[in-house]
Amino acid sequence: MERRDLLKMIAAATGLAFVGGEAWAAGVKTTSASKALFGAGDIMLLDEIAETILPRTETPGAKDAACGAQMAVMVQDCYDAKQQALFVAGLAALQASCKQQYQRDFLQLTAAERTALLTQLDKDASARNAAIASNDSTNVSNRKGDASIEPHYFTLLKQLSIFVFFTSKVGATEVLRYVAVPGRYDGAMPYKKGDKAWAT
Amino acid sequence: MTTAQNHYDAIVVGSGISGGWAAKELTEKGLKVLLLERGRNIEHIKDYTNAMKEAWDYPHRDRPTEQMKQDYPVLKRDYPLNESTFGMWANEKDSPYTEKKRFDWYRGYHMGGRSLLWGRQSYRFNERDFTANLEEGVAVDWPIRYADLAPWYDYVERFAGISGNRDGLDVLPDGQYLPAFELNIVEKDVAARIKKAFGGSRQLICGRTANITQPKPEQNRVNCQYRAKCWLGCPFGAYFSTQSSTLPVAMKTGNLTVRPFSIVTQVLYDKDKKRARGVEVLDSETNQTVEFTSKIIFLNASAFNSTWILMNSATDVWEGGLGSSSNALGRNVMDHHLGVGAYGEVEGYLDKYHFGRRPTGFYVPRFRNWGGDKRDYLRGFGYQGSASRENWRRDVAELAIGADLKAALTEPGHWTIGMGGFGEMLPHHDNRIFLDPKVKDKWGLPVLAMDVEMKANELRMRKDMMQDAVEFFEAAGVKNVHGYNGDYAPGMGIHEMGTARMGRDPKTSVLNANNQVWDAPNVFVTDGACMTSASCVNPSLTYMALTARAANFAVEALKKGEL
Repeated sequence: MERRDLLKMIAAATGLAFVGGEAWAAGVKTTSASKALFGAGDIMLLDEIAETILPRTETPGAKDAACGAQMAVMVQDCYDAKQQALFVAGLAALQASCKQQYQRDFLQLTAAERTALLTQLDKDASARNAAIASNDSTNVSNRKGDASIEPHYFTLLKQLSIFVFFTSKVGATEVLRYVAVPGRYDGAMPYKKGDKAWAT
Repeated sequence: MTTAQNHYDAIVVGSGISGGWAAKELTEKGLKVLLLERGRNIEHIKDYTNAMKEAWDYPHRDRPTEQMKQDYPVLKRDYPLNESTFGMWANEKDSPYTEKKRFDWYRGYHMGGRSLLWGRQSYRFNERDFTANLEEGVAVDWPIRYADLAPWYDYVERFAGISGNRDGLDVLPDGQYLPAFELNIVEKDVAARIKKAFGGSRQLICGRTANITQPKPEQNRVNCQYRAKCWLGCPFGAYFSTQSSTLPVAMKTGNLTVRPFSIVTQVLYDKDKKRARGVEVLDSETNQTVEFTSKIIFLNASAFNSTWILMNSATDVWEGGLGSSSNALGRNVMDHHLGVGAYGEVEGYLDKYHFGRRPTGFYVPRFRNWGGDKRDYLRGFGYQGSASRENWRRDVAELAIGADLKAALTEPGHWTIGMGGFGEMLPHHDNRIFLDPKVKDKWGLPVLAMDVEMKANELRMRKDMMQDAVEFFEAAGVKNVHGYNGDYAPGMGIHEMGTARMGRDPKTSVLNANNQVWDAPNVFVTDGACMTSASCVNPSLTYMALTARAANFAVEALKKGEL
């Protein structure tokens, strides 16, 4: 398939095209590049959120791939002002949910509590994105979503975690399979369930 | 300030696909050639700085930043804006243009031009591509026929290295090919089902591409290593580009001089002799103007920029520039319209995967308005596509977060298949480019204004392009098929052509059958500007063949003292 069509079909495991790629907020001005959005504490929080979404199992997890720091870079440089505001407000909302439900910060939750919280947020986000998708035609180029509806902030967190993890060296070479110079092509290579996917 | 050092037998303007060919052909035939490139030099292999990088080697994992989007408001409209090819597209602040109507213009202002970035799909025009204008009363007749170009297709295919099968189809003439790349197991199966479903009237074949499947030691080129990173410059020289193929041969003759940072601002025209005597160059670094003289000139600056040069030349004789006496200069802009097609899921084959990354997919040659078929529009379209198993980017809505999600995304998903159409755009007098009277570029030079739109024929064709793709896949048993007819704006095909067309009559065409400007026969235009119609196949191979043919003619004519 042609590259340009492929890119449009990328759904990033969230039912919504990659935020920060094409604009659901096209034309919105970016913030000043000099204003740092995230500090060390935020990066720790992002690391733990990403780790909850993509935990270490028999293979490395999000923290092993230093996802938090890279997520911060992506939001800082590749999101427009509206997207950044949604993301930053989302982190605050996530912490507020923690406080309300557990009377603690996210970082102080047990792994089970983190999973429970993010699972609920994921459900909320899926419902929101389904509403966005239903406003679409079947036209694939519109899968970037209805520009008038803001996605749920958790969609941004999940998309970024997945993207940053599987495009990291750790994710690509230790979690997925990677061969830099294949040298040949086999269009019918045997595969058995459990074999890893190619990173590139 | 013309001096002996500033005189050459031939000047070639532009170092992309056609300019590289002109330089190669002319130097091999013994001419002293000056190759002018407006951008910086890029040396083969040494300067392919990103060729071995992966996503994790880029600060933003190859995604565009907001700053990049601000700086490249045109480029950001489609896939080319990313970190890996950043700097390989023209700087939009330095070199703006005016969009009377939206036009996506993707330019490569550096040595090798878009030959480093091209899609490499290489198909011949067919016999009817050259006669359709005449038969249908569209625009003007091509002054040449398939038979005129066939030996030149043979010639350029052998040198460039085109991999493909000889499929024996009238609609897509066979050429001189290296062994083809391979369809994967799902594509092969779909191809077989299509053959059965449509009784041979529709085909799915392997793409024909300018990537070599066997080494070309005489050109120091190694066969494709299946990395699929062509657009970063191939350290193996496995795809055809100026740098990998034509330039080294031209350099080896000892007859070539290359001058980067050289913006050609006009062809210098001698009114009395009715010939060009050279070109004026603005050095983009020093802002100094230099003149170079020559017996012949090849304009290969890319379709619109070759026309831009003509528009700025001999304006004391013709207000609209050299070639404007035809009233065709800047007219009949064409592209291939795309962004329309279908995709779906293929059941089964879960015990199969792929190894290696091909530089091509499959091709579906044109079947509309061909044979007995007759539609409510003229011409047709082809499709390019591929089948593959889904990766971690897929939607796994049923899995929320955690170890299960990670495990699922770590394995490949179902097989999917998709294809997008490339439709022929008719030449139309009103689809034009012209010099903007107000806007200037960084160097104070006038810029182009674009006034191009899709007309009724193209819009009618797009309905078929989507419906036929859906029908095609459904006939092959593909499940959950979705058609799409997305946003396309002229230029997005990056196949812009026309604006200085070839023809039989100087009153309606800029160039004759040998790509000579009617009003200055020692000026040749052999890039996309020369096209009289567009076909629906990728055009670069045709530019190569036209250039080699015109160069041969030019040298013969020079020998006979006719230029």
